[in-house]
Amino acid sequence: MANSETLARLEKIISEYKDDLEPGTLTPETTFESLDFDSLDIVDMMMACEDEFGVEIPEDAQLKTVQDLLNLIDKTEE
Amino acid sequence: MSFTILGTGSALPAKTVTNDDMAKLVETSDEWIRTRTGIRERHVITDESVTEITFTAAQRALEMSGVSPQELDYIICPTVGGDWISPSLACMIQERLGATCPAVDVNAACSGFLYGLDYADGIFARKRAKYVLVAAAEGLSRLLNWKDRSTCVLFGDGAGAAVLGEGDSLRYLHLTAKGSLALHVPHAPGESPFETNEQPPHGLVMDGREIYRFAVSTITAELRRASEETGIPFEKVDHVLLHQANQRIMDAASKKLHLPPEKVPSSIARTANTSAASVPILLDQEARLGHLHRGDILMLCAFGAGLTSGTAVLEWTRD
Repeated sequence: MANSETLARLEKIISEYKDDLEPGTLTPETTFESLDFDSLDIVDMMMACEDEFGVEIPEDAQLKTVQDLLNLIDKTEE
Repeated sequence: MSFTILGTGSALPAKTVTNDDMAKLVETSDEWIRTRTGIRERHVITDESVTEITFTAAQRALEMSGVSPQELDYIICPTVGGDWISPSLACMIQERLGATCPAVDVNAACSGFLYGLDYADGIFARKRAKYVLVAAAEGLSRLLNWKDRSTCVLFGDGAGAAVLGEGDSLRYLHLTAKGSLALHVPHAPGESPFETNEQPPHGLVMDGREIYRFAVSTITAELRRASEETGIPFEKVDHVLLHQANQRIMDAASKKLHLPPEKVPSSIARTANTSAASVPILLDQEARLGHLHRGDILMLCAFGAGLTSGTAVLEWTRD
């Protein structure tokens, strides 16, 4: 799957947690820290991604940037 | 024949510890605790005993139900531990109440009240009882690692009880268990001159991320299952009483199930997580606030160490 399409779907998921996220502003380099995500927001997002993409994200996944998450989604979707 | 809830009661220890108080013990802040958990304060045991707070909760439930202690046919105390490993908390309550019936503890951690209701259901089905007391209580403050800021801020002490009588209010009850140490409390070290096993350090240990995930997925899956099995859609459910572990867990699960916040009451701000006692404390809070009406449909769901869960659907039959 093209990264840009995954990114758009990811942005839709994240915007459900962050009302102030402007469409089109999410980049692979965006850090979750800059989005004000705490550890539970990250777990919520991991679970939402599992539902959306039908992938399994490991419990101990270390996610710092959007790219880290994209890698995991692409890896498990292959 | 199963049961109906005739009365509820609850009791919290006198001492309140605020988040600011906690910030004096470990490196944390009111803001950190509130935004991640919804907790503002918790009650902790000082010179009371677990037996005393359970006794008070039981007395209040008996008073509401109009049942006397002598009429009780069984006492079940869901708890991870009363004041003694033996005798059971239930036996201590039986003695304090002046009851004469059998009494036993049930340890299913935070799901204990639902496990207790299931055992009570069996006792009624076998026609062994007219009245059963299920009195859940925890003194978790004794079992915490007070140096671990990620867990010691989450829990509180308390007791919640329900008096059950013969009836047909229970529509559904489902329990689960899946052995795991993701949340555990080590046993107190013994003094056997023979044992060579390494003794774990004192205090509750929790993998927060794993438990959070387990909690949210369990609530959503188990409530969906309850709705399907009973044929009662969520729109027809009046109150969803969830184990009070973390407001964020309740909010995330409610969002997934499209449950409006007014159907999902909370007591966590003032009680924190009281383990097995949390669902009956919340039930008693809602009953005494006059929020529950005859004919209302309640869904109860609890989850916790074990890992265990319990989910029930019942009709409220008090005015």
